[in-house]
Amino acid sequence: MLNYLVNGISLGSVYAIIALGYTMVYGIAKMLNFAHGDIIMVGGYVSFCATSYLGLPVIPSVLLSVFVCTVLGIVIERLAYKPLRAATSLAVLITAIGVSYFLQNAALLIWSSNPKAYPNMVALPPLVIGDTQISAVSLVTTAACIVIMVVLTLFTNKTKLGKAMRAVSEDKDAAQLMGINVNATISLTFAIGSGLAAIAGVLLCSAYPTLMPTTGAMPGIKAFTAAVFGGIGSIPGAMLGGILLGIIEIFGKAYISTQLSDAIVFSVLILILLVKPTGLLGKKISEKV
Amino acid sequence: MSMLKVSDINVFYGNIHAIKGISFEVNEGEIVTLIGANGAGKSTTLNTVAGLLKPASGNIEFEGTSLLNVPAHKIVNRGMALCPEGRRIFLQLSVQENLEMGAYTRSSSEIADLIADVYDRFPRLKERCRQVAGTLSGGEQQMLAMGRALMSKPRLMMLDEPSMGLAPILVEKIFEIIEELNKSGTTILLVEQNAQMALSIAHRSYVLETGRITTSGTGEELLHNDAVRKAYLGG
Repeated sequence: MLNYLVNGISLGSVYAIIALGYTMVYGIAKMLNFAHGDIIMVGGYVSFCATSYLGLPVIPSVLLSVFVCTVLGIVIERLAYKPLRAATSLAVLITAIGVSYFLQNAALLIWSSNPKAYPNMVALPPLVIGDTQISAVSLVTTAACIVIMVVLTLFTNKTKLGKAMRAVSEDKDAAQLMGINVNATISLTFAIGSGLAAIAGVLLCSAYPTLMPTTGAMPGIKAFTAAVFGGIGSIPGAMLGGILLGIIEIFGKAYISTQLSDAIVFSVLILILLVKPTGLLGKKISEKV
Repeated sequence: MSMLKVSDINVFYGNIHAIKGISFEVNEGEIVTLIGANGAGKSTTLNTVAGLLKPASGNIEFEGTSLLNVPAHKIVNRGMALCPEGRRIFLQLSVQENLEMGAYTRSSSEIADLIADVYDRFPRLKERCRQVAGTLSGGEQQMLAMGRALMSKPRLMMLDEPSMGLAPILVEKIFEIIEELNKSGTTILLVEQNAQMALSIAHRSYVLETGRITTSGTGEELLHNDAVRKAYLGG
C-alpha cells in the first residue's frame, strides 16, 4: 500500500514537472504545445548518448540534456510558432502536432526504432523503512519536483522577469506598453519549459528504462491531462494535478486493472471537468469594466 | 517646437481603413484632446502613436525622432506612456506589482521613490498595495492605471477614455488629477467621449470623425463652435 503511494507520487512528480512546461507555455502563449512530450524523449536520448557513447558522468549528461532541450525549445518556438502569433489557435495546434511528429521521426532516423536500455542515472541504494523499500529514483524524482516547484513559484512571484511573465500572460499589449519585450518573454518561457522537460526525460527513463522515439508521447498526453486537471495556466495546479494523476494511475493499476489504468486516468479527467470546468485550482477571472 | 508630430498617417485593421490621413501636433506643456464619437478612430490613433499598431503610411515624430521603426516595447523608454482604454491593468497582479511593471524600464534603485510618488498622489492605492488589482473598484483601477503609466516618468502621457464607466464625482477627480499632472510639467494627450469635460481643460483640441480630423482649435473655441456643440455637447 505504502509502496503504491510512493510509486504514485514519484510517477506523479514526473507528470508534474512535464505539466509545468505545458501550463507555463499555455499561460503565456495561449497555445497547447503538443510537441512538449517529445522534448522529453529528446532529453532522454541526449542524456543516454552522453553517458553511453561519450562516457560522461551523470551530472554533466543531465546538464547537457537540459541545455540541448532548452535550445531546441527556443528554436521550435522561433521557427514554428512565432510566425503564427496572429494566426487562429487551430493553426497553431495543428503546427504543434506537426512538430511532435517531426521530432519523433527525426529521432527515428537518428536513433532507429530499436529501444535503448536506459542506464539508471540515480544509482544509489534504496531507502528502507521497515519492510518498505523506496527506490532512490523515486526519492530523487519527488525531491526534484518539489525543488522545481518552489524555485518556479519564487521566480514568478518575486523576480522582475517572473512578474513580467505573469503580466505578459495576462495582457500582451499592456505588457508592451510597460516596455516588456513580449517575444523575449515567450522565448524564455519555452526555454524554461523545455529545460524542465529534459529533467523529466532523465527521471522518467531512469524509472522506466526503455527509450524509444515514442517514449515521450504518452507521458506528454498524461501531463497535459494533469495540467488541465489542476487548472491550466496555474503552476500549483500543474503540480497537484500531476501528483494526483500519478497516484490514481498507480492505484488503478494495482487494484483495478493494468490494462484499464489509462482509461481510469482519463475518466477522472472527464469527471473533474464536468464538475469543475476550470480544473482543481484554475480560476475564472471576471473583468470589471 | 512640437513634442509629438503626427503627419498624414493611415492605419488599417485588415481591410478597414480606420485612420485616413490624419495630422496633428502636441506641444510641450500642453493638454491636447482628441474628441469624437465611438468608432471615429481616437483609440486607434493613440495605439498607433504608442506603437501597438503600425501605420501603413505617414510619420510619427517624438522630440524630433521618428518612431516608425521603434518596436512597441521600446517606445515607453523614449519618454511617453499610454494609459490605455479600459485601463488594462494586470488584474491578477497586486497593486504594487502593477506599479513595478509600470517602471519595468527604470533602474531598480528608482522604483521605491517612484512608487512613493504615486502613493502620494493616490493614497487609496497605498491602502490597497498588497491587494490583487482585480478586486479594486472601477475608480481605483483607473487610478492604478494612471499611476502605473506615471511610473515610467513620461514627459508625454497619453490617456484613453480615463472617465469611462466612472461616477460623475470620480470623473471630476480624474480630470483634476490630469490638470495637476499637466501643471507639474507633464504634457497630456487626452482622448475622451466626455467632450464637455475634455474641452474645458484642454489647451487645444481636434475633432475626429470616421478617421479624419474635421475641426481643430483651442478648447474654448470648440466649446462655442456650433457644429461641435450639436454633435458632441448635446446642443
